[in-house]
Amino acid sequence: MSQLKNFTKGFIKENPVFVLLLGLCPALGVTTSAFNGLGMGLATTFVLVSSNVVVSLIKSQIPDKVRIPSFIVIIASFVTIVQLVMEAFLPDLFASLGLFIPLIVVNCLVLGRAEAFASKKNLVSSLVDGLGMGLGFAFALTLLGAVRELLGSGAIFGYPFIQGDGMLVFVLAPGAFIGLGYLIALTNLIKKNE
Amino acid sequence: MEYILIIIGAVFVNNIVLAQFLGICPYMGVSSKVSTSVGMSGAVMFVMTLATVVTYLIYHYVLVPFQITYLQTISYILVISSLVQMVEIILKKVSPALFQALGIFLPLITTNCAVLGVAILTVQKEFNLLEGVVFAIANAIGFALAILLFAGIREHLDLMGVPKGMQGAPAALVVAGILALAFMGFAGLV
Repeated sequence: MSQLKNFTKGFIKENPVFVLLLGLCPALGVTTSAFNGLGMGLATTFVLVSSNVVVSLIKSQIPDKVRIPSFIVIIASFVTIVQLVMEAFLPDLFASLGLFIPLIVVNCLVLGRAEAFASKKNLVSSLVDGLGMGLGFAFALTLLGAVRELLGSGAIFGYPFIQGDGMLVFVLAPGAFIGLGYLIALTNLIKKNE
Repeated sequence: MEYILIIIGAVFVNNIVLAQFLGICPYMGVSSKVSTSVGMSGAVMFVMTLATVVTYLIYHYVLVPFQITYLQTISYILVISSLVQMVEIILKKVSPALFQALGIFLPLITTNCAVLGVAILTVQKEFNLLEGVVFAIANAIGFALAILLFAGIREHLDLMGVPKGMQGAPAALVVAGILALAFMGFAGLV
């Protein structure tokens, strides 16, 4: 598989959220606006790329039996870095993402890529895979955030598009489930027509 | 009274699945049958309560005295994953029947963000140990309520003529959205 294909597979074909249904908790929890979705997506991308790289580098040193705990420690270290950096430099974003930043640790997507991809492939492939999958995740979260923000308050990234109040329900919890449901249906449609 | 408020708040108003979006993976994954949902709920309740007690003790008696609270995420996830392993081993030895019932769900719980989420929330909300335990049990009941209601609906959904593009996950998510809408009716109760 060429590196380009490896990179682009995360956007539609194997999109972590819309197709693989991984990492749904942050995808539903933080996407009240496009900006929050993008912030969460990029934070996860950083963790994913870093953990993929480290796992790929030291895969031959890790005994097979303790590989899952080792991966978790590696991932948790990078999550702590993100947590501290974000708290220091982006306190507003940190406050609105809240609990979901430490919960990147248990995002099935990150551990899943470490186990299924980075522990078997070489450094460059793992890096590209982490970047592609992470950006695919960020893309999905931004899209869902934009849809919810547009329907809920008539704006995208804070820029107003539609006059009026919008449907508040899309900013609240039910809108997350319903919005994601229809986006997945849309992805199914696109995949079928390919 | 205080405890009743915590319970009502966690089960209905801020339902862990439908309002806080924690534990969505098992919620979508094992909710296709009522029987598996019961097993999963039992396992979650067991581990969530234990994990909250253990992480509470670690936070207040190890992390705070040594001023290393920034290691919270790392230590919690390690404790929870080893706890799950330990529970699995002990349960296998002590109560094979319970192990049979919960067995396959236990490994899945390590990556259930609800468990880690409740442990972190207990610290954030500055609960004492007893409040933390009540909070954990109430959240587990909230998880059980949400997943059982959802499983009941999904069993019927299988018999319905769902449009092709909406079959599977999309229809399930829209149903979860309507369920979340119903739970919004509890807002303002506490």
